[in-house]
Amino acid sequence: MIAQDALVEYLLRLGDNALILGHRLSEWCGHSPALEEDLALSNVALDLIGQTQLWLNLAGEIEGRGRDADKLAYLRDARDFRNVLLVEQPNGDFAVTMARQFYFDAWHYLLLRELTGSKDARIAEIAAKGLKEVTYHLERSRDWVLRLGDGMEESHRRMQAAIDDLWMFTGELFESDEIDHAMIQEGLGPDLALLHEPWLGLVSTTLEEATLIVPQPGWAQKGGKRGIHSEHLGYILADLQFLQRAYPNATW
Amino acid sequence: MIDSLTRPDPDQIRHWLAEVPDPEVPAVSVMDLGIVRDVQWQDDELVVAITPTYSGCPATSVIAFEIEAALRAKGIDRLRIERRLSPPWTTDWITREGRQRLEAYGIAPPAENAGGPSPFDRFLRKPLTIACPRCKSENTDRVSEFGSTPCKAQYRCRDCLEPFDYFKCI
Repeated sequence: MIAQDALVEYLLRLGDNALILGHRLSEWCGHSPALEEDLALSNVALDLIGQTQLWLNLAGEIEGRGRDADKLAYLRDARDFRNVLLVEQPNGDFAVTMARQFYFDAWHYLLLRELTGSKDARIAEIAAKGLKEVTYHLERSRDWVLRLGDGMEESHRRMQAAIDDLWMFTGELFESDEIDHAMIQEGLGPDLALLHEPWLGLVSTTLEEATLIVPQPGWAQKGGKRGIHSEHLGYILADLQFLQRAYPNATW
Repeated sequence: MIDSLTRPDPDQIRHWLAEVPDPEVPAVSVMDLGIVRDVQWQDDELVVAITPTYSGCPATSVIAFEIEAALRAKGIDRLRIERRLSPPWTTDWITREGRQRLEAYGIAPPAENAGGPSPFDRFLRKPLTIACPRCKSENTDRVSEFGSTPCKAQYRCRDCLEPFDYFKCI
């Protein structure tokens, strides 16, 4: 694989993670437990969709086949999406949404922090922009894990269940494949394995403070980065892409 | 027609842009918020560089449009709006006048210095005390990390009971 293809692939991963999680969060719009949370979830979604545009536009520009962020978001099929499995998992209850967010935010924060040192200035500047937003997301999702975990009996039970259920999707975040290795070699992206220790440290201290039990290492679900997804992604795309599929090139 | 003799200098243009309100927070101008990063002539074309506050801020394209409309109204017909991402926008760029206008409008201005354009590792810090823009009491609570726009959080004052927006610090 030539270096440019690897870079496009890498950018698709960054963009697709933000896109799919942003879409998932937007599903809460109008359905959140409280108006404040409705606003907050929609705003986090908005930040992620903004970051998606930056990553996917850059991917399309480097690819050079005339695809921009919109074309990449609306006109690819599930097998061409490169997001990790964690972000496509269903919203579940509020505890599941916040546990998913906390796992992702902690990783996203560490990843973007490393990417601010990328040798590619375009990557570094998108990462620096996103990092400010993601720092705030992490504060918020961490806060919710604490409040629900160390809250009432019912909220504690639900948060522990969410933390346990989503744990098997976190292993994929730290696995480097040939694309990641190409990025490491070129000084464009970090070794994902090195993010595991700080991530686990942050997650463990938060869960302990929240009186929750840190899950044991176990089987990790993976495949999203290569386009092998759970059944959920197809349903997301059916919703996300409907308009462009039914009315090609529609604009408003 | 503007040529090199009649074209307004960048300071004059900044002055004009100080009259262009932010579409979401009209109490402050795009200059007050620090969104306009550069104004310069490149030959006979005016280039205005703007930076988004948040990557997904829907106001960014409206701001570009309004800047263009304001400058065209002043007779500048050759201009280009450039979107600049780096260095990333920080609330430190909000001017002192901007902060005063925000407060007078009922929005508590950013309470701390963001520490330059790259404030890493700021989370896990102690919650800040945000003063109520109405009665100045510091007896306030955060209701939600986000408010009516991505750049704000929601607070309430426990003394005068006023709910208010806080322009959060990034």
